[in-house]
Amino acid sequence: MAECHPVGFQWVMEAKRRGATIIHVDPRFTRTSAVADIHVSIRAGTDIVFLGGIIHYILENERYFREYVTAYTNAGAIITGDFKDTEDLDGLFSGWNSEKNQYEVESWAYEGKEPTPAAGAREQATGEPRSERGQSRAERMDPTLQHPRCVFQILRRHYSRYTPEMVEETCGVPRDLFLKVAKTLCDNSGRERTSAFCYAVGWTQHSVGVQYIRTAAIIQQLLGNMGRPGGGIMALRGHASIQGSTDIPTLYNLLPGYLPMPKASHDGSFEKYIENNRAHGGWWTEFPKYMVSLLKAYFGEYATKENDWAYDYLPHLTGDHSHMTTYAAMADGAVKGYFIMGENPVVGSMNGSFQREAMRQLDWLVVRDFAPTETSEFWKTAPEIERGEVRTEEIATEVFFFPAAAHTEKDGSFTNTQRLLQWHHKAIEPPGDCRSELHFMYHLGRRLQELYRNSTDPKDRPIQHLTWDYPVKGAIQEPDAEAVLREINGFETATGKPLPDYTQMKDDGSTTCGCWIYTGCYKDGRNQPARRKPGGEQDWVASEWGWAWPHNRRILYNRASADPQGKPWSERKKYVWWDEAKGEWTGFDEPDFIKKRPPSYRPAEDAKGIDTISGIDPFIMNADGKSWIFAPQGLQDGPLPTHYEPQESLFRNPLYGQQCNPARMEWMRRENPYHRAWNDPAFPYIVTTYRLTEHHTAGGMTRWLSWLSELQPEMFCEISPELAEEKGLSNGGWATITTARAEIEARVLVTSRLKPLRVRGRLIHQIGLPYHWGSKGLVRGDSANELISFVADPNVSIQESKAFTANIEPGRRARGRRAPTSGPLVSRVEGEAGQWRDLPPARHKQPGKHGVVTIRTMRGEET
Amino acid sequence: MPTGFFTTVCIGCKVCEVACKQWNQLPDDGFTFTGMSYDNSVDLGASTWRHVEFVERPVPLSGQTGGNFSWLMLSDVCKHCQRAGCLENCPTGAIIRTEFDSVYVQPDVCNGCGYCVVGCPFGVIDRLESDGRAWKCTLCYDRQKDQMEPACAKACPTDSILFGEVAELRAKAGERLEQLHARGVKEAYLYGADAAGQPGTGGLNAFFLLVDRPEVYNLPPDPVAPAKYVKESWASLAMASAGLLLAAIGAVWSART
Repeated sequence: MAECHPVGFQWVMEAKRRGATIIHVDPRFTRTSAVADIHVSIRAGTDIVFLGGIIHYILENERYFREYVTAYTNAGAIITGDFKDTEDLDGLFSGWNSEKNQYEVESWAYEGKEPTPAAGAREQATGEPRSERGQSRAERMDPTLQHPRCVFQILRRHYSRYTPEMVEETCGVPRDLFLKVAKTLCDNSGRERTSAFCYAVGWTQHSVGVQYIRTAAIIQQLLGNMGRPGGGIMALRGHASIQGSTDIPTLYNLLPGYLPMPKASHDGSFEKYIENNRAHGGWWTEFPKYMVSLLKAYFGEYATKENDWAYDYLPHLTGDHSHMTTYAAMADGAVKGYFIMGENPVVGSMNGSFQREAMRQLDWLVVRDFAPTETSEFWKTAPEIERGEVRTEEIATEVFFFPAAAHTEKDGSFTNTQRLLQWHHKAIEPPGDCRSELHFMYHLGRRLQELYRNSTDPKDRPIQHLTWDYPVKGAIQEPDAEAVLREINGFETATGKPLPDYTQMKDDGSTTCGCWIYTGCYKDGRNQPARRKPGGEQDWVASEWGWAWPHNRRILYNRASADPQGKPWSERKKYVWWDEAKGEWTGFDEPDFIKKRPPSYRPAEDAKGIDTISGIDPFIMNADGKSWIFAPQGLQDGPLPTHYEPQESLFRNPLYGQQCNPARMEWMRRENPYHRAWNDPAFPYIVTTYRLTEHHTAGGMTRWLSWLSELQPEMFCEISPELAEEKGLSNGGWATITTARAEIEARVLVTSRLKPLRVRGRLIHQIGLPYHWGSKGLVRGDSANELISFVADPNVSIQESKAFTANIEPGRRARGRRAPTSGPLVSRVEGEAGQWRDLPPARHKQPGKHGVVTIRTMRGEET
Repeated sequence: MPTGFFTTVCIGCKVCEVACKQWNQLPDDGFTFTGMSYDNSVDLGASTWRHVEFVERPVPLSGQTGGNFSWLMLSDVCKHCQRAGCLENCPTGAIIRTEFDSVYVQPDVCNGCGYCVVGCPFGVIDRLESDGRAWKCTLCYDRQKDQMEPACAKACPTDSILFGEVAELRAKAGERLEQLHARGVKEAYLYGADAAGQPGTGGLNAFFLLVDRPEVYNLPPDPVAPAKYVKESWASLAMASAGLLLAAIGAVWSART
């Protein structure tokens, strides 16, 4: 965190000054470790064992917050008798369909009821309309937590083998150190104290990444650290406003406010779409209001009740369109044109040579950035061009480069990791032809409308009918960013009066809203994110600095900061409570609950909508109002986090026969060869990639600045003195790092900050690689991400770049071929890698479907 | 009003280096990978007025768990000594003490003689190759004139660099030291906080909190402004001259007799 989020880290340092204990778990000793109280060096890719070990410790030593767990989580829910755990099936849960290579989730359900997830794969439903499902709360809760099929007992069995010994054997973390962490965490949780988890892509970028975070979530639920001050799980986002770009998404499968994108296979009509995506219980029962208001924002007067609010104008998904899937499709010629804005994928993501090969198949490419990047010049400065394997004059792709305005040159908002919107004002005009994204998108849309103005083809109506009337100002006709904020906030359709909060929204078209969770950010016609009242002039919650979604709430689910009776768990951790005299929830923050609903309220059997939320249901977005230790639905790879080894590992899975996440996405292609699943003799070391403070992600913003470039001028690898000795590598010299995908060179930094770990009696070495460099900028070097394969987590399609295997040798790389795009780089017996990949029972994977194994893209393919 | 810096062990983000270079529009020092931990700017110089040290030590820091290792970071800067070697050595009067009690090089007066360079016991001040003049931290004289704090302190995210009135900073430093000692970091101490602790410089306006010997941070254990020795060296010179004279007279005398 100190490395990549030094500004956010000021609060960690402040907490430390006030006596907080900082624990840092990382394969490397970093700038964070340098100021932490405890540093734990871990084998990359084994965090679920480490965190699962903590769960085991909590359960075996009775360290959980019993009252919190029984009242607010689904620990007491009884699961169907058909459910089988990974303990029973050697690494698979019940419901694995080896034909489809995915889980069928019926057996994970609460006994007698089908649940509705707040997020994730909502289409996992059986197809039965949700409104007819009845209440979604678990039929039976066992408050004693003793029922053999209740979540708590399933959890206990699931983690029964995640012992301190297993942690030591698997993660390379000494038992005593692990126990010290577990004890420190438990000692600092409960009524009087809370602990927080912070993570970043070190957890997400794995083939089982979502489950890493789920494991931390289970710990926080057991310890009662959710919805309370000083608790929670903080996702440290990698860029300014990347949180904003999931709220008002640049993701292919979401509409603003986490409303799902319609799917062609399921959501053929508005009615079906609503049925498939609303919940019967909890806050998502309000779903139709948000959707109708969004369609009113998109299509204005053309969205009417008669035409289902112009629902059919929305594009419908026909398959997976995530980054890797799209690039693979591009390589197969299925993608003709592509926009890349503020991204430099050939440096920033994975398997650069494959991505460049894909872009060579494009007809046209648009790149918007501050300066030409490796992506925009893939046809000119790429390694394969340098080597003469590909000739520039043979690439037909037409590339358009648009210079972008910096944040100081435009108005707008940043949404940061704590959901806080902060406005930034333009300080200077952008130079030359540089323009903001807002300018680019607005004028592109305006010109498209112009082009289609006279069309009579019905397919052009979505463009013709799109509301696209933002006021512009100044010589360059910059759209007014505040007008966009107003639309995001929403307003009464008839009067244009801004909505004060999302509870005011209706499903009859009388309200218009661009993003329901942001409603209130333009309350009273005032730019709320622009508020800058200093912390010293208000209380410690500082609710007048910026604006947090939803409804300016600083802590989500804060009903959980009070006990079931509505009293604070302790005076020290007092935050939101029930005021008996006034008959409402009150506190330091905006209560995240129905304001007038008393703790004693229990829904009637026939309750509908938000009336289903009981007075002790803090987690209102879940249909049952409880936080989910066990996720009966919504995840593609199991209801409980389970340790799977990375796609490429040094070891067999110590816990199960199933080696890797069975549901992971793989791309079995010539350009994307994999190593053996474990112990590949050609690749005996573990590699993990990361960022440095001095550079920003793929370097497009920092490698052009002399003051930053001089601080970290060259690509380097970090290795331990022991590995340097073993391989004859010298500090300051050169090393070549190789995978089956590519070969890169880097300067060598020998440091005790990396230390070999003892795992199952074997001394293993980990290599650290920052990934900032490329072929452009003031400082240049090879890109670490060239080494990484296309392999992904099934829930969010993110690549596995934090744990894979490689080889390292002294000296600079060969100037000849170093990427497999024109055939295997490493000679292999045909099919060898595949044979070693999975053990039974998920061995026979069927290729050809997205979400599991992709060989070649078929157009119009369904998920 | 005397102002200065109190710099404590930091998180090594180097934003002070960048903020300093940006505000003062200093050039880069070239793009060289040194292989010395995360330190690629090496030392203070004519175009690097803030420099973050990275010290990898095979010893743990008190209170830390996780092996026999620690990594210390510290942002070094001109100390604006009470008794400044550079100022005392400057023959042209280019180096002055300002109303903020800081030591300031007037670029329009400096003739690039370089006497100040050898006068600094810390090796802070240096001449720029391109123009030959001597340059160093100005304690952001221009910003202070406008009631703004220096760029490095403004940018420091963790308040490891504190700017303020020297007396106040000393009080804060004392408190911080006590806190650390209470937390068990017994090795923490203040470097150059006053004349008693560092008589050779008369105390520093920019002083530091360290957790290891000064040499570990590339700081001299007992810095002395060279001009402090002027009286003694003149006296010994006089003594030596007198001695030589006596010897010469003696020699002539003895030769005669």
